[in-house]
Amino acid sequence: MAEGIIRGAGGSARTARASRRRSKGNTKYNRREALAGYAFISPWIIGFLIFTAGAMIWSLVLAFSDFNLATGSMNAVGLRNFEDLFVDPRVRISLANTLYYAIMLVPLQVAFALMLAMLLARLGRGAGIFRTIYYLPNMTPAVATAAVFFLLLNGNTGAINQLLGLVGIEGPQWLVDPSWVKPSLVLMSLWAVSGTMVIFLAALKNVPRELYEVASIDGAGPVRKFFSITLPMISPAMFFNTIVLSIAAFQTFDQAYLLFWRDQSNASPESSLFYAVYLFQQAFRQFNFGFAAAMSWLMFVIIMIITFIQIRVGNRFVYYEGAR
Amino acid sequence: MSVMNTPEALIPADRMSQQITDGPEQPLPGRRRGRFRSTPGRILLWVLLIVFSAVFMYPFVWLLAASLKSRGQVFDNKLWPDTFVWSNYADVWNQLPLGSWLFNSVAIALLAAGAVAVSSSLVAFGFACFRFPGRNILFGVVLATMMLPGAVTLVPTYMIWNALGLVGTWAPLWAANLFGSAFYIFLQRQFLLGLPRELFEAARVDGASYWRVFWRIVFPLSLPSFIIVFLFEFQASWNNLQAALIYLNAGRVEDFTAPLGIAHAMTVYSPTAGGHGDYQYVMVASLMVTLPMLVLFAFGQRYFIEGVATTGRKG
Repeated sequence: MAEGIIRGAGGSARTARASRRRSKGNTKYNRREALAGYAFISPWIIGFLIFTAGAMIWSLVLAFSDFNLATGSMNAVGLRNFEDLFVDPRVRISLANTLYYAIMLVPLQVAFALMLAMLLARLGRGAGIFRTIYYLPNMTPAVATAAVFFLLLNGNTGAINQLLGLVGIEGPQWLVDPSWVKPSLVLMSLWAVSGTMVIFLAALKNVPRELYEVASIDGAGPVRKFFSITLPMISPAMFFNTIVLSIAAFQTFDQAYLLFWRDQSNASPESSLFYAVYLFQQAFRQFNFGFAAAMSWLMFVIIMIITFIQIRVGNRFVYYEGAR
Repeated sequence: MSVMNTPEALIPADRMSQQITDGPEQPLPGRRRGRFRSTPGRILLWVLLIVFSAVFMYPFVWLLAASLKSRGQVFDNKLWPDTFVWSNYADVWNQLPLGSWLFNSVAIALLAAGAVAVSSSLVAFGFACFRFPGRNILFGVVLATMMLPGAVTLVPTYMIWNALGLVGTWAPLWAANLFGSAFYIFLQRQFLLGLPRELFEAARVDGASYWRVFWRIVFPLSLPSFIIVFLFEFQASWNNLQAALIYLNAGRVEDFTAPLGIAHAMTVYSPTAGGHGDYQYVMVASLMVTLPMLVLFAFGQRYFIEGVATTGRKG
């Protein structure tokens, strides 16, 4: 942890060191410095108290009430909202959809991003232009991506099916057929995978070249090098990407909303109902704030559990260079 | 926006960013120095790179072409329109209040990015350069809030803005940024810890106030991380559909942000809802909302790549 950099005027490096040593036992803070420190972090403290701590407590209170913004009623209902989570079939459906989607998407994202990163890493100096091109989808607003893929994925006239038709494959009704809804969204997400790619690219560049040279001398082929050197050396990035992408996949909202739940006609296949979309509908279409709050806590707990499991499993496989 | 940090042990951040952007180019695995190899592997590599470039560029080219087509040809998938309808670009401003949408989005994104960059930088300075009781615990809380899914506070946050009578205004889309944001505080603190502390101490010895030290020394030196935060938040705000849906959807169409407006236009001109509508206007609008981001990337590429690589923000 960092030690204080700024102390009262006249604090030389030596006294700084001395005070640091002293601070391990009986901590003495410079009053002026401490007050200034609190002043600088005060915006965050205020924001935390209102928009995080306050909001979470209020969310918990709401979860035990039947508060509805439209009717204005607010009565304590005990655990009823949480019981309803198990009764309402759409909670179950949206949860299953979201988990299924995340399990399909995250490994593909990791694999595709790693593959792209390895191609770019191999190129070395000339990779700049390709890196730029690959990154552009990541800069594209979700609404533009959705507006374009809405047509590209059209089952009858879409370009993707036309392309498949060229090689003799009859493409599916991507956005209509319930079993092809999630693969459609996976395609869209893979198109914009470059943020993950950049993290892998950075990790690949940190793998010491000597390891590959030694392995070559020992007669290791490219496959062996990948599994014995590359993969262990970039495992921290892999671990990190998996966790971040899982959390993001679980909160998928924009694409699903834009492609399927934009107009409130409810004609869309139920297999496109994601948890975050249903939560949004309950909160800001039905104004069932109590139920929505309960839903958000369920989401929170599930994300925590998934992340916890990933960390436990990950710690067994991840190789940290610093921890040799 | 899904944002998370890299625990410090995970990625040696400084080293990484240096190498990915302007560091000395390291000869990479499989590549021999000083000799260009034209092996089958090398050719395959180039073929793959070009194929993927085509895959990534195709939707952009398709969008550009569609935006120039006439009403009946938007869906023909040709990358070269039969007839170029340049008037789409003139008519769209009458068809849709695109001008106000873009203005609203730019204004909100500037406010959001400016607010969060300044406030996070102040808070980061407090955490990085001062010693006070409870500092490490409080910073632990900052890190913990990064793990919090936004959905948990969605409903109560709405009630706060509702109680303040600010639903329907711009405030909910940016004002919370005045209090800093955990991820950016973390990012800027890491940057400040990398600066030589003698600079701060020397300024204090010379009698500068803390405030002066911040504005005259810390702020100019941490400009790169400030720019990263500004660009990230500008992009996040520009793309933010959900907040606009929650806070602006009930209002007038002219008051929408660009993402909300285009979502609205998608419904109005939807080819499924009312036959083949004037979807070319949606295409022009989509292009208009994408272009600023591409320009932003053209100028700030270094910061985006470096920022993603060092912090692991998922774009």
